[in-house]
Amino acid sequence: MLLIPCPYCGERPELEFRCGGEAHIARAADPSAVDDGAWSEFLFSRGNPKGLYAERWNHAHGCQRWFNAIRDTASDRFVESYKMGEKRPLPGGE
Amino acid sequence: MRRFSLRTLIAEAFNAHQGWERQWRNPEPKPAYDVIIVGAGGHGLATAFYLASEHGVTNVAVIEKGWLGGGNTGRNTTIIRSNYLYDESAGLYEHAVKLWEGLSQALNYNVMYSQRGVLMLAHNVHDVQSFKRHVYANRLQGIDNEWLTPEQAKAFCPPLNISRDLRYPVLGGALQRRGGVARHDAVAWGYARAADALGVDIIQNCEVTGFRRNASGAVEAVETSRGTIKAKRVGVVAAGHTSVILARAGLRMPLESFPLQALVSEPVKPVFPCVVMSNAVHAYISQSDKGELVIGAGTDQYVSYSQQGGLHVPMHALDAICELFPQFSRMRMLRSWGGIVDVTPDRSPIIGKTAVPGLFVNCGWGTGGFKATPGSGHVFAHTLATGEPHPLNAPFTLDRFRTGRLIDEAAAAAVTH
Repeated sequence: MLLIPCPYCGERPELEFRCGGEAHIARAADPSAVDDGAWSEFLFSRGNPKGLYAERWNHAHGCQRWFNAIRDTASDRFVESYKMGEKRPLPGGE
Repeated sequence: MRRFSLRTLIAEAFNAHQGWERQWRNPEPKPAYDVIIVGAGGHGLATAFYLASEHGVTNVAVIEKGWLGGGNTGRNTTIIRSNYLYDESAGLYEHAVKLWEGLSQALNYNVMYSQRGVLMLAHNVHDVQSFKRHVYANRLQGIDNEWLTPEQAKAFCPPLNISRDLRYPVLGGALQRRGGVARHDAVAWGYARAADALGVDIIQNCEVTGFRRNASGAVEAVETSRGTIKAKRVGVVAAGHTSVILARAGLRMPLESFPLQALVSEPVKPVFPCVVMSNAVHAYISQSDKGELVIGAGTDQYVSYSQQGGLHVPMHALDAICELFPQFSRMRMLRSWGGIVDVTPDRSPIIGKTAVPGLFVNCGWGTGGFKATPGSGHVFAHTLATGEPHPLNAPFTLDRFRTGRLIDEAAAAAVTH
């Protein structure tokens, strides 16, 4: 079981959390202006890398707040977590 | 290839079994092939076999980062069935079941396909309605699937607890009698041996590091840890690592890779006659020919390539097993492991072209790819040989995520999502 660093509560066991998938996928500012390919990219395409991955977590059975975290998907080790709205702290950030 | 038969077995018995040859060669990569298949799991090896045997394309290499059959082919719970809801999926999986039925003869290798029946349990009103809908749909598709009352389910599978006192009592089940299990390693080995005999090069310990493209953008070579190998067409059949490999061709896929866990018990005498799966309480169980109970657990909630997962996931499956089959409450579990499964948004596979000319993909089998191995290889071989999909895999394009023509099999997939 993962030990997940909530930026508000500190490290807590995985059972308290829900994973929200890849972070930093922005919805189009003008949704009716983009074509089907861009919608498909937004809805379905994911980075799914073997290595560092920014993903969203919800501390559902704790403070109930959403946050982002960087985790290495090859080792499952968390590198860093940060609050929603903050810039991704590692290269590749948006 | 020296054929296996009773005659050769008896002859070798008098020869202290010293005359058996290696089952496949271990060749050095040639500079160029007509087709390169990336990934020597069941699906990739089956693709190579059908390319050579049905389409006459024998200048084929299957390249593999590790060893053949070492990924999900050797890690799954070997359940085979075809009672899917939609015509597209039912057609594809039934194609596979029909090939399974003749596979040992076709490969001259015993894959031990045992049609002991797959029973899917219903625990609530929604399950009952959903499974009956599947039964009716399958009847129209010509696929066997029948509804059993709890008493009939108990008669078919005596260890089953149908007491009304369960937290999630058994309200019935859908039974596919032609479903069952097969020996997973034998599937990889049988396809490897048969494909090798037809001239296919299986190159292990050879990792794909990139793709070389010509001026028009089409794939012309694969760069590997053992040098550059030219190819007219490339098929990627890499399961959980598909996103990683296709990212090297600049593609972003609608896939997420999750750990899926399984475990086996200590071996015991035959106690369990069929395969039972329950999506609602999450239990998948059968007994292997060695006597171990083979138990499938769920996926972890996060993307990972670590081939392990949280212990709470198999514990959840064992809770359900112990309630449904109280006789197993004192069984000891020997091993658990994880495989990395590539899951698509609609839980159906992607078999066909990519945006890169000459580069094809067969992926997204998620939690239920083993059952499709022969059918998947068969239609993908057709796709690679002709450049166009077989009618059975034509609906399973990558483009369906743009057009919206999804094949939403979430309700029928083996593992709840």
